[in-house]
Amino acid sequence: MTVAVTPRTWPSGHLFDLAGAARGQIEGLLDLAVEMREARAARRHASMLEAEIVALAFFEASTRTRISFELAGRALGATVVDLDVAGSSVAKGESLVDTLRTLERMGTTTLVLRHQEPGAPQLAARATGMRIVNAGDGAHAHPTQALSDALTLREAIGPLDGRVVAIVGDVVHSRVARSNIHCLTGLGARVRVGGPPEWVAGFDGWPAVEVTTTLEATLRGADAVMALRAQLERGAELPEDRLAWRLDSDRMRLAAPGAPILHPGPTNEGVELTAELASAPGSLIGRQVANGVPIRMAVLARLAGMA
Amino acid sequence: MTGPTANLLITGARLIDPATGTDAIGDLAISDGLVVADAPAGAERIDGRGLVVTPGFCDLHAHLRQPGRDGAETIESGCRAAARGGFTTICAMPNTDPAIDSAEAVSRAVAAGAGGACRVRIIGAASVRRAGREMADLAAMAAAGAVAVSDDGCAVSGAMARETFERVAAAGLLLIEHAEDPSLVAGGVMRAGPTAVRLGLPGWPPAAELTTVERDLALAGTTRARLHLTHLSCAASIEAVRGARARGVAVTCDVTPHHLSMADDWVAGSRRFAWDEERAPDPALAFDGRCRVNPPLASRADALALLAAVADGTIDSIATDHAPHPVERKLAPFASAAPGLIGLETALSLGLAAVEAGRLALPALVAAMSTRPAAIIGEARSLAVGATADIVAFDPAARWRVDATTLESASSNTPLLGMELPGVVRLTVGDGRITYRS
Repeated sequence: MTVAVTPRTWPSGHLFDLAGAARGQIEGLLDLAVEMREARAARRHASMLEAEIVALAFFEASTRTRISFELAGRALGATVVDLDVAGSSVAKGESLVDTLRTLERMGTTTLVLRHQEPGAPQLAARATGMRIVNAGDGAHAHPTQALSDALTLREAIGPLDGRVVAIVGDVVHSRVARSNIHCLTGLGARVRVGGPPEWVAGFDGWPAVEVTTTLEATLRGADAVMALRAQLERGAELPEDRLAWRLDSDRMRLAAPGAPILHPGPTNEGVELTAELASAPGSLIGRQVANGVPIRMAVLARLAGMA
Repeated sequence: MTGPTANLLITGARLIDPATGTDAIGDLAISDGLVVADAPAGAERIDGRGLVVTPGFCDLHAHLRQPGRDGAETIESGCRAAARGGFTTICAMPNTDPAIDSAEAVSRAVAAGAGGACRVRIIGAASVRRAGREMADLAAMAAAGAVAVSDDGCAVSGAMARETFERVAAAGLLLIEHAEDPSLVAGGVMRAGPTAVRLGLPGWPPAAELTTVERDLALAGTTRARLHLTHLSCAASIEAVRGARARGVAVTCDVTPHHLSMADDWVAGSRRFAWDEERAPDPALAFDGRCRVNPPLASRADALALLAAVADGTIDSIATDHAPHPVERKLAPFASAAPGLIGLETALSLGLAAVEAGRLALPALVAAMSTRPAAIIGEARSLAVGATADIVAFDPAARWRVDATTLESASSNTPLLGMELPGVVRLTVGDGRITYRS
């Protein structure tokens, strides 16, 4: 018997990253998210994951990602538990592997993991039998954020083939940037990254990524612009010329007419972009957040093999 | 060394002896601890067709975890692993707990290392507790039998470096240097480069090795100390060694089997050898703590340059840096995993994989594993009549699967687990005794 790999399955059973994902796989998740958004509004699929226990283990702070995974799991009928890291045995020095094995022993079927160290999700998959969803690992990957961004962009500007997406700011510390590069190039877009030299260091060696060193070159003709937060907790320092890279409505005129602004949040208003731009009509920041729930519904359902 | 006395006649094997320049099909007889011209009556005959017989291997860099962490390896298990890998001598690094940093500690280690399946030579620490602040008594350790001194795990500290080189020269010792400047590493956990950027891991820059290599070569030049640079991982370091030799500096160096066969793409989940065609990495194998090692796995270009430097003889020796760790110290996020991997049982196989790929001639591999490292610590190795019977016989074409349950080492921390490799040792004879047989 042969089992065809269709967009209705996800190859590894885990979502570590979008590197190497086939275009059909990514598009399949985006399409499923659209369906999930309608289903959620109509309260359909409310028991789709009733056999699932989803544990949220967030070893780094989060508002959007954690809450949207919780809402996504609940919307599909899963039991959702949240490991309160500060109040757990982690605070007593329990190792990551021991903590995750404890969650597994209590029946967790899907682990949504955020951790400060790159590769923590792969470790979780090696050490336990749970299905793993990466909710952000250090500077490495944040695939569900990239999927939300891709869905938001697709709905705002149409198919991404050949479109230029400019990512501006602290790229080097950003897992969002890395996952967006994989996701957007996987969907046929061209990705340009720009920032002060220390914020784009090393990205010139990344195939299919164009590195630009002035804001003008980064923005010129871009079909969409994504601003990134300075990751001060990962050792980023604000560069002296940061004002030269701050986005505002005037500077956005360098981009293609009507090009939207995105930001994965939380924003440092006045640092990477102005408050005025963040709330301007062309801002997709609110929609990125709203799309986070159906995207995470799609991911949970697809990994469980239920949709 | 312990084991039954070998009285053997191996017939029809490919005999490779770098000491005499031999590479020919022939017979080898061993009796009463020596290579002899004619096998004595009653000697066991071994059909050596298809086997390669060479001088026994000598590892200049191994970690036996006893005392202190003998759950990861004991002297006894490490010696069994060595014998299975074809080694008849291993040099044990002093970073045990407590460190081997005095004449008394060297004497204890020498005594503890006797009687296993492999000859154990002891390397003394260059500084007290390997802390880099106070010099150990190098001459006394040498008198107690230390074969070299090293603060392996670190380079000799800057504050002590000049005096250490002077005393090493005065005592006629050998200094084995782990060339790495921690201030330049600055938290790097894998080789800096495109793969580190993609994985979001802090990069370890080649300059961290090169600057210490250059410092050590300069000090060796002025003090005339005998310097051995261990586990070099950068092509630029090899160039520096070539340049120093051209100036007359006495320096030798080694590379590990993993640095010349695996590149940094292994951290991304690749499991191809450096000389293999590019293949898409397996994301599920990415960030495997068993690929974390110091110095980190090199770029593919550097790995191939290291291999070429073994092939042309610039690199004297392949040394394992056998570094056993218990499973739980590797079952951690990549950056938190303990650095190091085991190598005694897989070193020959990785070398033979390079030979099969046409990257290395078998006699050059044999020299880098036997006669040349042995000469660095003053041990003779030869298949000539009258030589001490220190030999290994292996089948270069036979395949084996690396399996945690069958490794002789007490640890199994290697990303090679599950892979099939060429080269099976059939017989190891150390000092006339059979120390391993399969």
